[in-house]
Amino acid sequence: MAQKKIPYQKIAVTAFAWAVGMAIFFPILWTFLTGFKTEAVAIASPPVFFNFEWTLENYDAVFERADYFRFFMNSVIISVGSTVLGLLIAIPAAWAMAFVPGKQTKNILMWMLSTKMLPPVGVLVPIYLLFRDFGMLDTRFGLLFVLTLINLPIIVWMLYTYFREIPVEILEAARMDGAPLLNEVVHILTPMALPGIASTLLLNIILAWNEAFWTINLTTVDAAPLTAFIASFSSPEGLFYAKLSAASTMAIAPILIMGWFCQKQLVRGLTFGAVK
Amino acid sequence: MKRITQIFCAAAVVSLASGAAFAQSLTIATVNNGDMIRMQKLTSDFTEKNPGIELNWVTLEENVLRQRVTTDIATKGGQYDIMTIGTYEVPIWAREGWLVSLDDLPASYDIDDLLPAIRGGLSVDGSLYAAPFYGESSMVMYRTDLMEKAGLTMPDAPTWDFIREAAKAMTDKDNEVYGVCLRGKAGWGENAAFITAMSNSFGARWFDLDWNPQFDGNAWKETLNFYLEMMEESGPPGASSNGFNENLALFQTGKCGMWIDATVAASFVTNPNDSQVHDRVGFALAPDKGLGKRGNWLWAWSLAIPAGSQKVEAAKKFINWATSKDYLALVASKEGWANVPPGTRTSLYENPEYAKVPFAQMTLDSINSADPTNPAVDPVPYVGIQFVAIPEFQGIATAVGQQFSAALAGQISADVALKNAQDLTERAMKKAGYIK
Repeated sequence: MAQKKIPYQKIAVTAFAWAVGMAIFFPILWTFLTGFKTEAVAIASPPVFFNFEWTLENYDAVFERADYFRFFMNSVIISVGSTVLGLLIAIPAAWAMAFVPGKQTKNILMWMLSTKMLPPVGVLVPIYLLFRDFGMLDTRFGLLFVLTLINLPIIVWMLYTYFREIPVEILEAARMDGAPLLNEVVHILTPMALPGIASTLLLNIILAWNEAFWTINLTTVDAAPLTAFIASFSSPEGLFYAKLSAASTMAIAPILIMGWFCQKQLVRGLTFGAVK
Repeated sequence: MKRITQIFCAAAVVSLASGAAFAQSLTIATVNNGDMIRMQKLTSDFTEKNPGIELNWVTLEENVLRQRVTTDIATKGGQYDIMTIGTYEVPIWAREGWLVSLDDLPASYDIDDLLPAIRGGLSVDGSLYAAPFYGESSMVMYRTDLMEKAGLTMPDAPTWDFIREAAKAMTDKDNEVYGVCLRGKAGWGENAAFITAMSNSFGARWFDLDWNPQFDGNAWKETLNFYLEMMEESGPPGASSNGFNENLALFQTGKCGMWIDATVAASFVTNPNDSQVHDRVGFALAPDKGLGKRGNWLWAWSLAIPAGSQKVEAAKKFINWATSKDYLALVASKEGWANVPPGTRTSLYENPEYAKVPFAQMTLDSINSADPTNPAVDPVPYVGIQFVAIPEFQGIATAVGQQFSAALAGQISADVALKNAQDLTERAMKKAGYIK
């Protein structure tokens, strides 16, 4: 009897997983579909799913109005750059916290995380003034700098968790063989923690890509990324859903495709050590 | 040969230096609406006439834009040379000394041609601080076929009582036709704007002359009860989450008998490409209650120059171009009179071609019947019809709007909503130092 229950459980779990997956994916699908509708069809009630005349007019309008590739390049530079810079700082920091913990390590980690709990708008004016005085408003460097700092706590925390799974004896063995510290981190620790580093890298690129508050508030023309691109297609007076959907599809497509191709690494990294 | 090379090099250096000296780029922050996007497409006309000036556009959603430009101007960030701001910001920012006066625009600009109500809303102590790009009021848009079916005739200047009766008669809930669609979504620019403008016609006001909140008075009680009862009788379901766009979608798909909202909506509901009812729409002035004030508002998206800008002269050239009579003629020649930015100049409404646009006269009449310096029946210490031009208003009105929205959703009664509105406004005004 017990054996017979298993397929039903499996079916139920699979169905549940599919339902959750579809619920999460549905807004993306709906955005994609709406981008190919006219504004009138986009607001039709009851909503039209597939049975409409597909049009590219929204994509035409979006390309006509905005230089997509400039926004796209800024997004790539800012998100990849800030993540790589963050990793360069976070790997040594996480190494120290995981393998040479001090009395205050836990407190420092909690303090780092607590900075994420502050509403960003609370420090908008001071940061804006600093950026103004250092000439960093509307510069890619400025955004690289601020996004690195914003995501650093998460990068350190993730790496710290992964590093803790690595047996310290392996590093000690390397040390006994006379490996200097740099070699220990670069040649021993990093290859062993690669799945974790890869998933940290990918997750932080996604976080930096989607970061909207600072990227909109600290840019105007030259450094504006895709978040500013999307913000330009919303309007409180007038129909904009179809054009906004087309712009959103264009903004999320690169990161969605990247995530699709890297999902194995992402899942591997996120579940790293989870079953030990 | 060496000498000739030297001369060429010198000439090249001089020309590069002079080019650098004259080439100026203006960064313009603007909102995403049809008129502004159209202007961006037509800017080649400006750059051809002013070859030394390049234009960079930063288009943002209204609330994002407001946050962005407020941060920049308050910190003197200098990121924008021209900002698109509304009638709410202009008096506050001008008094702070954040805006450059536009009194010295050339005579050809014809500043006296600006509609008096709009000009008044953008001036402080007689000086103009922002040039209106387009102006709007609010009015009644109604379905002529449903009105006829109900056996009624919409007067040019209806009363609230007529609107309520007509809404009841037009409602056919079985067929998803609702007599009246009004803003219910919480927000200072959403339901608070509509109900504030409505309250003026009921004899209510936000503050007395000593800045004491007035939500505990009978006029506010009457306003809110009327609004809630009318929406209960004839409004669409889920109205507490309906703003401009949601009501626009309902009206365009034939589900509203009447919609009282911005005059700019007239061009959307009569557009055959988007509106299923484009050929069955009539217009009337916003309703009144016989007290001398109508429930319409006044708003103008305007171009202003932040104080401290290094490019004031170039910015003034652009503003002169974008808000001139010639620009209106340029739009008309390229896209037709119906697409000309409305509500800024008297001469536009005297143009016989523009008079043929179905909503032109009603828009003008609505704007002319609005008086932001004297908005309520009783005297008030503030400027603004659907808003109070003080910095604290955005926060207070959004909180008050949440109370009204909760009342519309049936979560609290009108009395509780008004009591909460009174308490929170009193608290905020005490904190800000207006009252003790």
